[in-house]
Amino acid sequence: MHTDPMERARNAGNTLHPFYGGLRLRHHKRISCTLPLAHARLPTRLFVPLQQHAGPPAEALVVPGQKVLKGEPIGRHEQPSRGWVHAPTSGTVTALARRPVTNPSGDDGPCVLLRPDRLDTWTDLHPIDDWETATPERLRRAIGEAGIVGLGGATFQTSHKVADARQQTVHTVILNGAECEPYISCDEILMRMQPERVIAGARVLQRATGAERTVIAIEDQMGAVEGALRDALSRSGATEAGEVIDIVKVTTLYPEGGERQLIQVLTGLEVPRGGRPTDIGLLCQNVGTAAAAADAVIEGKPLIERIVTVTGGGVRTPRNLIALLGTPVADLIDQSGGYTAQAARLVIGGPLMGYAVRSDDNPVVKGVNCVLVLTGDDVRPEQPEMPCIRCGECARVCPARLLPQQLHAQVCHDLLDEAADFGLDACIECGCCDYVCPSHIPLSEWFRFGKSEWRLLQKERARADAARQRFEARESRLARIRDERQRRMDEKKQALRDDARRKRRIADAVERVKSRQTAPGGDS
Amino acid sequence: MLWAIVSITLLGLAFGFGLGWAARIFRVESDPVVDQIDAILPQTQCGQCNFPGCRPYAEAIAAGEAEINQCPPGGEAGVRALADLLGTEVLPLNPENGAEAPPEVAVIDEARCIGCTLCIQACPVDAILGAAKRMHTVIGPECTGCELCLPPCPVDCIDMVPAPPLTSWRRPRPGTSREASAFGPAGIPATGGR
Repeated sequence: MHTDPMERARNAGNTLHPFYGGLRLRHHKRISCTLPLAHARLPTRLFVPLQQHAGPPAEALVVPGQKVLKGEPIGRHEQPSRGWVHAPTSGTVTALARRPVTNPSGDDGPCVLLRPDRLDTWTDLHPIDDWETATPERLRRAIGEAGIVGLGGATFQTSHKVADARQQTVHTVILNGAECEPYISCDEILMRMQPERVIAGARVLQRATGAERTVIAIEDQMGAVEGALRDALSRSGATEAGEVIDIVKVTTLYPEGGERQLIQVLTGLEVPRGGRPTDIGLLCQNVGTAAAAADAVIEGKPLIERIVTVTGGGVRTPRNLIALLGTPVADLIDQSGGYTAQAARLVIGGPLMGYAVRSDDNPVVKGVNCVLVLTGDDVRPEQPEMPCIRCGECARVCPARLLPQQLHAQVCHDLLDEAADFGLDACIECGCCDYVCPSHIPLSEWFRFGKSEWRLLQKERARADAARQRFEARESRLARIRDERQRRMDEKKQALRDDARRKRRIADAVERVKSRQTAPGGDS
Repeated sequence: MLWAIVSITLLGLAFGFGLGWAARIFRVESDPVVDQIDAILPQTQCGQCNFPGCRPYAEAIAAGEAEINQCPPGGEAGVRALADLLGTEVLPLNPENGAEAPPEVAVIDEARCIGCTLCIQACPVDAILGAAKRMHTVIGPECTGCELCLPPCPVDCIDMVPAPPLTSWRRPRPGTSREASAFGPAGIPATGGR
């Protein structure tokens, strides 16, 4: 308690700490971990959305009819190292169209439609061969141009996070392998089947951020994962290179895999509200993101595929598949034995934080970690929403230590300022409060809505403030010009008046002289 | 008896000085109510309220010279916020001032613009850029959509177009989504347990 926070953050993982709230949930992970990791079949058509990251959308770089090679950029944002999207395979661009893009809003977005030529020809790749000695800036640029985003689901641009970490002197990278949401097992299978990619990713990120140490956090229920990672670590040569990589097991509790919760478990510190982990010298990345960063730097491969867990009681043989981005979800379900008769709801993501989609036509995007098909029994029966009885269960499980009941009342009544005062923006949307609510209030739905409205309100206010400033600046400028003009007019009038007075004085003097000269009694 | 009179007098003097001092130290220069009203107004500076800008309208409301329902860009929500602040009745928008409409921005058709600078002079927020006999253009993000540049334009080259949205997508209000069952909480497995 008395030590300096920075010092405590340096000791991340040496002792474990509790975090507030959370739920102990049944795992449901084993069902998708029995079959080995396999590549999904190449689909007959791919729909690659241009926005697969948080932030402004990318612009298409291709036109219909154009042939592209695997890994060629097909979309990017005008700012460098932002929003790169690459062709997942070689083929022909058939169209640019608006289609469902697999995001919670269910809206359509711009997509590149690609017909694979089934040759899978790579474009020229530019790996950084000397990555172990290359500058962090080069690694960061490679990560940005490979279009790598947070694969845990938040899809925040990794190169930005790393750049931020560089500026703030990060000492420890935390690789988040604590995949706490039920059913999802893509990170577990990655660490078990391809541990060397994760270790390489740890080394790349450590180098790119200038950190001294990496902590890979895994769950205590993950069995073979720890051994696989340790094996890969001893083979990697990281220790010989003087890099410190630790593997730490954390107890399984939802939502331990949340960035802030994991940091609290590892260090006992809370990331300040409104702050980032870099404020206490930490950078948190998903293990899948790290593996993708390793591919980008060491092999020069952009992010064009990811591991997707296809699971739930609604598919015949649940499994993990390596899917090209843009693959329709229906293709993955086909390769997992198809739907069972009980399939009731198609969910992207896990059962607590995921969102239901209307059609399996939706493509796999960078943020899709899981395709979950729930059966009718799994889905909580539609129950009418009852009034809040103020039982306080939601506050007891909220890992962000908020008062969900209070926030709910505020958001319902559009009291967004008040809700913000009560920490609405600190809500991590984990869904724990929904789960325990005896009145079946969709609390986290309300908070998602409230957060988006609050952000919009902030933008509107910023815009109004800017307009007010410009209006006032203009008014004061006009007033100044008016005053100036008035002053000049006055001066001129004054001068004229002065002029007239002087003339009159001269005339008077002349008059006086004249009158004296013509005076009858003069001495002439 | 004498002590009572003396002590009460002294106390009275002390508090009097205290209040006089506080009034001087904590003096508020501008009227805080005007600032609060101005903060609610949308700052389009469009003059639809019949005042030359949002600030003058705020001053008029504070002085009791104007009703709170004269601001169409602020809309019903704005009227409600004003009524909340001032503790008055919510009034429907006065149709004489105009109707609530989705936000728009001005766009100059540069091919038709003759560079007369009349619109630049009309713009209350300096959002139009240009010089005499040179093409003008609107700085999109700064335009408040007040339409004050439309009447002075001699060649009618300014069009109002819908303003680009401030955010790429908004969450629907729970319970009002298009299809309640298709969109919404993913469904929490009934088999889970704590």
